[in-house]
Amino acid sequence: MTTGQAERAAPFSPAAGTGRTRLASLARRHGAALVLALVVLLGTLTFGSSFTGPGNLGAIALDASYLLLVATGMTFVILAGGIDLSVGSVLALSGVLAAYGSRWGTAGAVLLPLAVCGLIGLVNGVLVGRARLAPFVVTLATLLFARGLAFAVSQEGNRVYIIPADLALTRIGQANVLGVGVPVLIALTAFAAAGVVLNRTRFGLRVFAAGNGDGHAAELMGLPVARIRVRVYVLSSLLAGLAGVLIAAQTASGLPTLGEGRELEAIAAVVIGGTLLTGGAGTLGGTLAGVLLLKVIQNLINQVGTLSSAYQQVVSGTFLVLVVLVQAALARRRRQ
Amino acid sequence: MPAGSPAVASGAVQAVSVPEGRTRVAGRVTWLSDYGVYLALGLLLSFNLVFTPNFATVANLRLQLVQVAPVAIVALGMALVIGTGGIDLSVGSTMAIAAALLPLYLGYGIWPAIAVAVFAGGAVGLVNGGLVAYGIQPIVATLGLLVAGRGTALVVADGRLVEIFDPTLTAIGGGQVLGVPLPVLAALTVAAAAGFVLRRAAFGRRLLAVGGNRPAALLAGLPVRRTLVTVYVISGVLAAMAGVLTTGRQGASDPSFTGLLIELSAITAVVVGGTPLAGGRVRILGTLMGALLMQLIIATVIQHDLHDSTARMIQAAIIVAAVYAQRDRSGT
Amino acid sequence: MNEPVCEAHAISKRFGGTLALDHVSLRLDAGEAHALVGENGAGKSTLIKVLTGVHRPDGGAVRHLGRPVSFSGPADAQDAGISTIYQEVELAPLLSVADNLFLGREPITRLGLLDRSRLRREATEVLARYGVAVDVRRPLGELGLGIRQMVAIARAVSARARLVIMDEATSSLAPREVDRLAEVIEVLREQGIAILYVTHKLDEVFRVCQRVSVLRDGRLVRTGPVRETSRIGLVAAMLGRPVAEVRRGVTSFGEAHEVGRAAPVLRAESLVREHALHGVSVEVRPGEVVGLAGLLGSGRSETARAVFGADPLDAGSVEVAGRARRRWNPAIAIRSGVCMVPEDRKAEGVVPGLSVRDNITLAALPRLTRGGLVSRRARDRVVDAFIRRLRIKVSSPDQKVGELSGGNQQKVLLARMLCLHPAVLILDEPTRGIDIGAKAEIQALIDELAQEGLGVLLVAELEEIVEGADTVVVLRDGTAAGVLRGAEIGERPIMELIAAADSDGAAGGRFDD
Repeated sequence: MTTGQAERAAPFSPAAGTGRTRLASLARRHGAALVLALVVLLGTLTFGSSFTGPGNLGAIALDASYLLLVATGMTFVILAGGIDLSVGSVLALSGVLAAYGSRWGTAGAVLLPLAVCGLIGLVNGVLVGRARLAPFVVTLATLLFARGLAFAVSQEGNRVYIIPADLALTRIGQANVLGVGVPVLIALTAFAAAGVVLNRTRFGLRVFAAGNGDGHAAELMGLPVARIRVRVYVLSSLLAGLAGVLIAAQTASGLPTLGEGRELEAIAAVVIGGTLLTGGAGTLGGTLAGVLLLKVIQNLINQVGTLSSAYQQVVSGTFLVLVVLVQAALARRRRQ
Repeated sequence: MPAGSPAVASGAVQAVSVPEGRTRVAGRVTWLSDYGVYLALGLLLSFNLVFTPNFATVANLRLQLVQVAPVAIVALGMALVIGTGGIDLSVGSTMAIAAALLPLYLGYGIWPAIAVAVFAGGAVGLVNGGLVAYGIQPIVATLGLLVAGRGTALVVADGRLVEIFDPTLTAIGGGQVLGVPLPVLAALTVAAAAGFVLRRAAFGRRLLAVGGNRPAALLAGLPVRRTLVTVYVISGVLAAMAGVLTTGRQGASDPSFTGLLIELSAITAVVVGGTPLAGGRVRILGTLMGALLMQLIIATVIQHDLHDSTARMIQAAIIVAAVYAQRDRSGT
Repeated sequence: MNEPVCEAHAISKRFGGTLALDHVSLRLDAGEAHALVGENGAGKSTLIKVLTGVHRPDGGAVRHLGRPVSFSGPADAQDAGISTIYQEVELAPLLSVADNLFLGREPITRLGLLDRSRLRREATEVLARYGVAVDVRRPLGELGLGIRQMVAIARAVSARARLVIMDEATSSLAPREVDRLAEVIEVLREQGIAILYVTHKLDEVFRVCQRVSVLRDGRLVRTGPVRETSRIGLVAAMLGRPVAEVRRGVTSFGEAHEVGRAAPVLRAESLVREHALHGVSVEVRPGEVVGLAGLLGSGRSETARAVFGADPLDAGSVEVAGRARRRWNPAIAIRSGVCMVPEDRKAEGVVPGLSVRDNITLAALPRLTRGGLVSRRARDRVVDAFIRRLRIKVSSPDQKVGELSGGNQQKVLLARMLCLHPAVLILDEPTRGIDIGAKAEIQALIDELAQEGLGVLLVAELEEIVEGADTVVVLRDGTAAGVLRGAEIGERPIMELIAAADSDGAAGGRFDD
């Protein structure tokens, strides 16, 4: 009520919005980064160099970079009002195909998986964007399909394709530059490129628009909503595919069992990063913070020798619930 | 309300007529989404009876049914949740929690241990339902418990697989009554109970009203929140039961793998069985048949020296076909 | 400039068996704000949709800038210079103000990247022209409705529009925001833009517009300069009544009810809801039919819903049978004997997938349940009784309610509430969109129920209110403009109260006894 009267008193001054809503949006956008800083501080104080040492940080970075790629694609999909459950399977399929394709050299090991993954993304996108099927179920189906294909290619997991050690891909995958793994650098580059696309291109802006209120408003504004949706699913699959290729390069092999549950981890990272699951608002920076937060928590729990790694899941899951609770509470107060 | 939608404008009722051809096609699609699962199951069974050696043996049929029982039980809970327009991703982790708790309380006797496990399942459902009733999207709320629940199960069990030698539990997992395996009996009992509740209990009507038209349910004074919480509690309890059955059949409590990814199989069974994801309608028998169909696809493929992977790809195609059929219904 | 910007000539549009528009012609001149008014179902929305290419007319033609046109959709119309601003601001609330202004034609640099600084600069400049000074980086949804509406207008107009259609653009604006909008419309007119101003607020017609056209039941019943139009004449045209008074009783289907001096069973005091209600009070006595009269958007439905607890209130109190209620929502209302049949049957009433039986007994479930199970006998007795009493046409009680006609669905909803034996029944447009026969039956039923002692709060068309109500509360812009009782009730006095300008609507505000 006070809000309403303020608006009535000065209808066209920026004071109409209250400080409270501003605080809410601030908390949503930077909450994950803030908590991340706290957790890192806590970790440093508690564990010292066993946490901050280059070896450990490098391991966190490597682990996080794969999730970052998947979560980046997921951010686009969720921003556009969808969801992509297939990314974990796509990642595994991509790894298997990279190993399989390595018989044709690095080009085969990169292009084959990316082409197939792009195709799967296209199927997701067309079924969701054009045929307007529920994204949850469509990508659940492609989750099964991609996993099945990964197993089929690797002969039910009985055959592990090895990427030759002398291939450029393997060398790149296992190389370090200034102590940082090359996969990390590639992931960061892809992340930065995605950032430019999301924040600095027309397409990026329209992704946000497509996720506002079921894309209804975007359609009335004359935007090609279906095409935007198709593209975000292709992008998500390609980024998951890239993560798969990088894992294959790093491990010099492709395993069809890889990445199970990755899609849920990615969704968790995106939501923790402040992106609304309903779409339309969020940041890639938040996703980065969400990814790092999950991985740092995992790492810290591993550092505590007495705690089993299962605590990671307990903490991550609880954290996810707390984040959405806070989001819901803030949204509620705003409505009143 | 914005003025003048055509039907309102006229004061007449059937203002918009649908071209005939389209009605007929839509009718056929509706029929498929309602009964397609029975058709597919029938075809698959006939195929197996003719082409699969040793298919129609009691042992094989019993095996298939025992394997599908836990999925079916979880899927029935899922069907109720989906009937309210929600979803429950946490069922697999709930099974794991139940499995992890069993050996811990075995000292008090098997029945108290089972009671604790089932109670824990209800508690998980209570949290899910509370979050959903508070206005959090079911996907995220239950995703949180999927992750945290599995972790909790592992923490509780210290991450270990524990063998359980308890005759009662083994009997629950593998025993038979009149030749019917107990897990199958349990699944059938749950299905019958769910069907009964949906048809006869006030709760069933409320559930369908909440899923079918939530504003209308609110304006009719129904306790919408309580209904939501209850349905998630039921889903949690059923998942815990499935966890107990699985543990009994395996003779071991395995918190790492019990119920892993079962949420996907359960959702698949529900959707393929013709229950619309939007809510308002629950098909109990369809859900059972959906679970059975998915199980039989795997069995068929394996018995014909094809692979598990082929089965998954076929399942994927069936899911897409099922939602596609549902889409046309909502379009008309 | 004699050539009109846009001209609709003898437009007809048929939906199924009904004529939504019947040879409607409309001429929109440059620099002129043209008001389009009419009650629910008059055809305003259909006309707008024909102009913007959403619907293709079955007859007649649209000429735009001198050429015959046939748009394929809103985007096509917008390219040709026809922009529409909707009642519910159809923009992206989570995106920034600047993004919303330029979505679809974002400025880019030579590298193909978004030119954010230019975007921001131009957005600020554009809005400054409308007297709006906000940080254009803020999400639109954080700002007040007035600003959002301005952004929608700026977006529409900066797309080089020649015709701007405002579809009830002010229905949720505060008075000062409306003032500001009026100024902006002046500016647009000076630029030679034509404005089609759809509204249900008479004040705005007279303040903002130069011409006014009235639609009723799909026909253009009146068009002319605002200067030559009287308020009462406009109201009469909208409501389809002759200005000459129609005395109560001439068409009446019932006697006045024995209301007597009984204490009110329901008393709602000073209901306030932002943008909708500004202190409305209503009382209902046993056996009394209280009608809520007013134009669309005057707060009729909002009052009915507030009394039932369907929407949250900012202030006000509800008292049932002399007892003040602190917590108030539909569940509590129903338990204390106050029931409502909502206006929007489809969205808030029927559960289409459930049977007639289940829909009727939905609210009564607690009373029909023993140990969690629905007692079939008790249920069937109730269902059969009401199907018979209300003459609901069903093949069987198991028929899905979605398959019924509108009239029968409405009867099902009435049965749902009547089987609770309420003390007060709130009916929001109970005869909307149903055929004549069912309408008469429902009107007769209301009368009968009132004679049995039920208190009724009725939102309906003027004719029905005059015929059926014992007391009429006339609403205007979210306040009670006056209360009429018994012999005072008539179309003329009600229309006069509706038409009264704000300054002489002194009767408004309180409901005195």
